[in-house]
Amino acid sequence: MSEAVPAAAAVDPLALGDKPVRAREVLRSLKKDPAALASIVVLLALAVIALAAPLLSPHDPLQTFPDIGLGPQGQPLPPGTPGFLLGTDALGRDVLSRLIYGAQVSLVIGIVANGLATAFGVLVGIVAGYFGGVVEAILMRITDVVISFPILLLCTALIAVTTRSTFNVIIVIALIYWTTLARIIRSMVVSLKEREFVVASQTLGLSHRSIMWRHILPHLVPAIIVYTTLGVASSILIESALSFLGIGVPIPQPSWGQMISDGSTYFQIAPWMLFIPGICLILTVMAFNLVGDWLSDMLNSQTPLAR
Amino acid sequence: MSALLEVSDLVVDFPTAADGVFHAVDSVSFTVSAGERVGIVGESGSGKSLTSQALMRLVPEPGTVSSGSVLFEGADVMAFSAKKLQKWRGSQTAMVFQDPMSSLNPLMRIGRQITESLQKHLGLSKAESRTRAIELLQRVGIPDAESRLSDFPGAFSGGMRQRVCIAIATACSPKLIIADEPTTALDVTVQAQVLDLLDHMATELNTGVILISHDLGVISSFCDRILVMYAGRIVEEGTAEQIVGDPQHPYTKALLSSILRLSEPIPRRLKPISGAPPLAGQRASGCSFAPRCALAIDACRTLDPALVPASNASPGQRVACGVAAPAAFELADEVTAA
Amino acid sequence: MSTVLLEVDDLEVTFRRSAGPGRRAASVPAVRGVSFQLEAGTTLGIAGESGSGKSTIARTLMGINKPSGGSMRLNGADVGALRGRELAQYRQTMQMIFQDPYDSLDPRMKVSETLLEAIKLRKNKPASPLNEVYQLLEKVGLSKSFASRRPRELSGGQRQRVSIARALCVDPRLILCDEAVSALDVSVRAQVLNLLKDLQEDLGLAYLFISHDLSTLRFMADYVGIMYLGKIVELGTRDEIFERPQHPYTRALLSAVPEPVVIDRTVRLPRVRLTGEPPSSTNPPTGCSFHPRCPLAQEICRTTAPARRVTSSGQLAACHFAEPELVVAEA
Repeated sequence: MSEAVPAAAAVDPLALGDKPVRAREVLRSLKKDPAALASIVVLLALAVIALAAPLLSPHDPLQTFPDIGLGPQGQPLPPGTPGFLLGTDALGRDVLSRLIYGAQVSLVIGIVANGLATAFGVLVGIVAGYFGGVVEAILMRITDVVISFPILLLCTALIAVTTRSTFNVIIVIALIYWTTLARIIRSMVVSLKEREFVVASQTLGLSHRSIMWRHILPHLVPAIIVYTTLGVASSILIESALSFLGIGVPIPQPSWGQMISDGSTYFQIAPWMLFIPGICLILTVMAFNLVGDWLSDMLNSQTPLAR
Repeated sequence: MSALLEVSDLVVDFPTAADGVFHAVDSVSFTVSAGERVGIVGESGSGKSLTSQALMRLVPEPGTVSSGSVLFEGADVMAFSAKKLQKWRGSQTAMVFQDPMSSLNPLMRIGRQITESLQKHLGLSKAESRTRAIELLQRVGIPDAESRLSDFPGAFSGGMRQRVCIAIATACSPKLIIADEPTTALDVTVQAQVLDLLDHMATELNTGVILISHDLGVISSFCDRILVMYAGRIVEEGTAEQIVGDPQHPYTKALLSSILRLSEPIPRRLKPISGAPPLAGQRASGCSFAPRCALAIDACRTLDPALVPASNASPGQRVACGVAAPAAFELADEVTAA
Repeated sequence: MSTVLLEVDDLEVTFRRSAGPGRRAASVPAVRGVSFQLEAGTTLGIAGESGSGKSTIARTLMGINKPSGGSMRLNGADVGALRGRELAQYRQTMQMIFQDPYDSLDPRMKVSETLLEAIKLRKNKPASPLNEVYQLLEKVGLSKSFASRRPRELSGGQRQRVSIARALCVDPRLILCDEAVSALDVSVRAQVLNLLKDLQEDLGLAYLFISHDLSTLRFMADYVGIMYLGKIVELGTRDEIFERPQHPYTRALLSAVPEPVVIDRTVRLPRVRLTGEPPSSTNPPTGCSFHPRCPLAQEICRTTAPARRVTSSGQLAACHFAEPELVVAEA
């Protein structure tokens, strides 16, 4: 019976998406957040580059140019050298081409690994939160165990016992990152299932599956979108870290982490080898984070006097 | 009798989704004298809580007080500096809210929460304020007051918390207490106790009280004068006896006849008001109640009736209805013409 | 005598409360030995203050909470013994309407989707489900156009009508109304109460009507039970409870309701004002639970819990002093 006065910006994750988001509102909210707009442009550009890599890259990223790609003492060429816009690396490969193909690797790993992690995390979170009791206890203890491992150490160990492949990197990242989402989703479901409309569908006699699928999952979608976007950034970072440690994407396939790792060796004579992929990585991760923040702000904001 | 609080033509605006402005509170004027109990009754969206928030300058974002004046003992509250406002809120006026739990800090001992304002506003020493806090808790009927000072709010029941809130509100002997649905979250037997307490405090301290409630029963048993609000406006004003015994506005009448009373025979069917209160930003032109009013005439849909003395010549009773008091439309005409 | 639809016998519900900041783990007896019968087509009202266990009874009947003792029989069949599909079918005989109109409908679903989902659960599915939706909407006083709306486009009263329509989807015989009108504005509340009465007459529904609002109960109920701390302390017909209350708690409740009537302020009505507040159900008082607040309490009340017995005026009351002498003595 309270007044129809908007509560002062109370952020209720469950209030997310109780109203459909319209394109007009999205544009309006983007206008207010130029950083997010720029980030979206960056990410779109990145996606285009990754998809059109064969068309865009001037050289084969794996091809070495021992003659024209290296200086007289065999040193890498700096950016601006004719034919090699961003210079070459220690083996005389074109940095720009490797960067472009590296974007492909980073994005694919970031999105696929994180997608798997999301799917699994959401499943675990919903089931644990909805059923509670023993089911919840078992699932959440497993989650706790996974969370309590040091991430990089676990990755290193997991990849050490398997072979080094892109597929394994994806699986390993997914195996680690589902936990965060599982916890978030579980806590949301715990409060969602107490909501009267969920209780009402139970008393009507709907099956558990259709309650979870029709009455719980749709309310989680905005949160899932937000956390997934933020998660892609983490996944890309982890992949870079793994490659940097030499256990990521197999060589000679280009990946940003791999390039940074190589670059750090030649930092003194060829700093661009480190800085160029480094800057790309930072920009991409930052863009994903900014978009994630913007999404959560936008989906959270409620128009005044919504009732 | 000079007025303690004088509110005139108060307007609170909220932006609407369509980039317009919506008067959530619309030209509200009333006065409160020392020791007087004024009740504001209305349904959800009537603007009753916003009115009280506005006169404390606590309108939630993105609302704004766009016009009107609030005079407290002749001083213009709207012109107070931030510092003066704070002092005024703490020592001259006090608010009691619906949810006693959320208006107390759950992580601070009750004693601290009471002594804090005593030290700040009255400049009492630590020991003095402690003694005073015990007195206050005893006055609101909390047994074993001394030992309860060190309890956290969580250790109190709902009614006890509301007593603590009232103790805090009355700590600096304010001249005005604004109680916004203070008993809505409480059980009926506890509600009676809390109302008795408020009544006692008002009498003892000669405090002006504004009681806001959706419950006409609560309002009419507590208040001297009642303001009936509908869709942001005061539609009727009068003493409790006038409002309950001889209501003039069709809304007040309909509201009273849609209420069940234990003291009357059980009706076979209730007489509800058709439709629902208008949603925010969706008010009809003319009288806001016209779409639900059984007596509405054409003029009701175009003219916004002013609050004028009721035609039953009951002193002090005023009504904003052109059908009940034709003068309401005459004044409305002038407003439109101007 | 009409047929008994629902029979609740000695129902006990105990919650386990886990330890939290500043409190220990405890078992909370929310419902302590509640018995009543509900006849087809009639309304039993249950009144009580928050924490009295009145909502727990409804939630236990609906299977949301589990009973820890006693039995619930619906049309003679023991609800506790039913399992799986049989239970689901049986449960549809009972439906529930919740308190919060802003929360009891899935905000993402259109009204038609909400209703269709429920209609699909029926044993014999109607030929045209959408037609059925329109009929249901009409039954609760909403036009066809509401089918395509979403809850946020509806007012509180309209939402509660949709909730009622949803409950009617599975053709129940009994509807549990848990504070179903408490959150509605006064003017709208009256509409919904009239609707509930009309539906009862047209469809022969029985209601278990739970409310803290006594005047609403008096309007709706044929029989009334007054709960205090998990027990029904007084149970009788509407007239018995409202005209000749026997239990001191019932009397206190009735006299605490503020009414919008012209009061002569010089003569204060002799009110039974209770002191104190309902004790916590974690640790109910010994003897009669009400004795710490009871104006009539004697030594026996502190030691012995009163049994429920038939009083001279006809209803059941659990009070050592619920006798006609008491009434005379007080008057």
